[in-house]
Amino acid sequence: MLPIIFILPLIQLVILSNAASFEVKNIRLSYLDHDRSAASRELISKFKASSYFNVSSEFQSKKEANLQMQKGNTDVILEIPIHFERNLIKQKNTNLSVSINAIDGAAAGVSNVYITQIISSFNQSIQTQLQTYNDGNATQPENIMTIPSFWYNKTLNYKTFMVPGILVLLVTMLSLFLSSMNIVREKEVGTLEQINVTPIKKHQFIIGKLFPFWVLGLVILTVGLVIAIVIFNVPILGNIFLIYGFTSIYLILILGIGLFISNHTETQQQAMFIAWFFTVIFILMSGLFTPIESMPTWAQNITYFNPIRYFVEVIRMVMLKGADFNEIKTKIGIIALYAFVINGFAVWSYKKTN
Amino acid sequence: MSISVQNISKSYKNIKAIDAVSFEVNPGELFGLIGPDGAGKTTIFRILTTLLITDEGTASVVDYDVVKDYKAIRNSVGYMPGKFSLYQDLTVEENLSFFATIFGTTIEENYELIKDIYIQIEPFKKRRAGALSGGMKQKLALCCALIHAPKVLFLDEPTTGVDPVSRKEFWQMLKRLQRKGITILVSTPYMDEASLCDRIALIQKGKVLKIDSPQAITANYEKVIYDIQSKNTHGLIHDLKNYPSHYSVYAFGEFIHYIDKNADFNLKDLEAYLENKNHSEIIIKKAITTIEDVFMDL
Repeated sequence: MLPIIFILPLIQLVILSNAASFEVKNIRLSYLDHDRSAASRELISKFKASSYFNVSSEFQSKKEANLQMQKGNTDVILEIPIHFERNLIKQKNTNLSVSINAIDGAAAGVSNVYITQIISSFNQSIQTQLQTYNDGNATQPENIMTIPSFWYNKTLNYKTFMVPGILVLLVTMLSLFLSSMNIVREKEVGTLEQINVTPIKKHQFIIGKLFPFWVLGLVILTVGLVIAIVIFNVPILGNIFLIYGFTSIYLILILGIGLFISNHTETQQQAMFIAWFFTVIFILMSGLFTPIESMPTWAQNITYFNPIRYFVEVIRMVMLKGADFNEIKTKIGIIALYAFVINGFAVWSYKKTN
Repeated sequence: MSISVQNISKSYKNIKAIDAVSFEVNPGELFGLIGPDGAGKTTIFRILTTLLITDEGTASVVDYDVVKDYKAIRNSVGYMPGKFSLYQDLTVEENLSFFATIFGTTIEENYELIKDIYIQIEPFKKRRAGALSGGMKQKLALCCALIHAPKVLFLDEPTTGVDPVSRKEFWQMLKRLQRKGITILVSTPYMDEASLCDRIALIQKGKVLKIDSPQAITANYEKVIYDIQSKNTHGLIHDLKNYPSHYSVYAFGEFIHYIDKNADFNLKDLEAYLENKNHSEIIIKKAITTIEDVFMDL
């Protein structure tokens, strides 16, 4: 059991951190060039130069292109209309048709952003060219350039923010599952009956049952942090003891939830199901995979009760931003209060006699 | 009184598990609760070991009330549930020292008490409890229940699922423990084990039917039982049930136990009746009354 507990989450960390990427690469782009001008060829070469696109083939007709889209052979169809270059020069205005396969809505959205970026940069350069071409001595074109600067993650490396998040999930899942199945297992096997007749005190038994998982959670965190640093080069700007301090309180909360589940179930299967119910909600509403800001208000309110949300925020703030105690103390307070309430309920509902 | 039970009742939802049960167990007594599955034996055990609270009535163990003084009771009784409930993934030795520790004692301190039993499982002390045979599990469970030198020992169906030789051994162990002054309350569905107790309570459907010593219970049974045997056992039961003055007929080992309604009934008439029904090799003789016979009649 012990090797399973250790090895599986770490394999998950390595695999998921590499796979759970929001970057969309290898977008298959096909085009229809009705203009066949210098401008249209330049636009296509811009796409060809981008590492995000695989410019596959040129279609002769819209019909054929649509067919290939239906077959799933292409993700994006770019259609350059006739007189593209002429309109661009004369009217300084033309249309382009872009069709994107939106079966995967998220990927389609990202593709759209990339396409828009490429087209607007093409637009800029062609306008500059045209201006200089039309009247060489005229005023310089007015261009507003936006240069984004990504704070705390300069290269916008998704691994930097995903790895701490996934580590949080693993620590949470492991300690919640193990603790919720633990006491219920004793119920199932019958050992609880024997224990209950002994003079052992309630708190002694509960601490005895949960303390190993608290330690285990911290050990998993440690190994995970080592992997984050060694394999993924995730920076730890803040004080590492802040992460440990937060995790210690956080684990008490999670173990309390596990104990609560254990008390109110009769079999490991029931406990497993309830633990799953909570983990799925906690994970999907944690802000790790979808930003909390884009959720509807009622869902945002629910996330205030989601412990993973706080842990994800804290671990990212400390590791990537170098937050100090003052910046996370509210969150520590919330988790500590939460832990106190949940454990109070759990211990209260645990009865030796029924 | 070591154990005193006054009119206790307990229901699970709408089902009455035990109904106004009363009995008393004297110090140093080996007291048996005898009854079929579902009679309410385990419920009585769970109430006396403070795991369950009664709906009505009071009970006390070594003069401690099961509700008010439950902590004191937990310190002074040993309980062996019907289902094997030690840690299967701990070894024999680890289980024993674990239970010694939570009772605040050590194996050495009370080794004398468990020595006889522990010696038999000692060769396997490094083996995991889950890998033991049924009889050895039973012995280990008994050791764990005894490790804190309890005043009262509760054994819920300790011999269910144990082979006949181990069962016999187990009862010998109980007798030895009794001589050391431990009060023992044991339940069993096996009627033959009833005669090994000092006193028994016959229980059925949550009610106590009779409390007395096994000898007195059988001696006070006024009806005469006959062992009847013939070549065709199945036909024999059928024919006996059609005999006009029959009171009860049931299979008992190799014989059929037959009880007549009339105290002065004539064996010759019955024999003639059976011969008339084409039975051969007929044997009819007086049987020794057993607890099972009494129980069948209740």
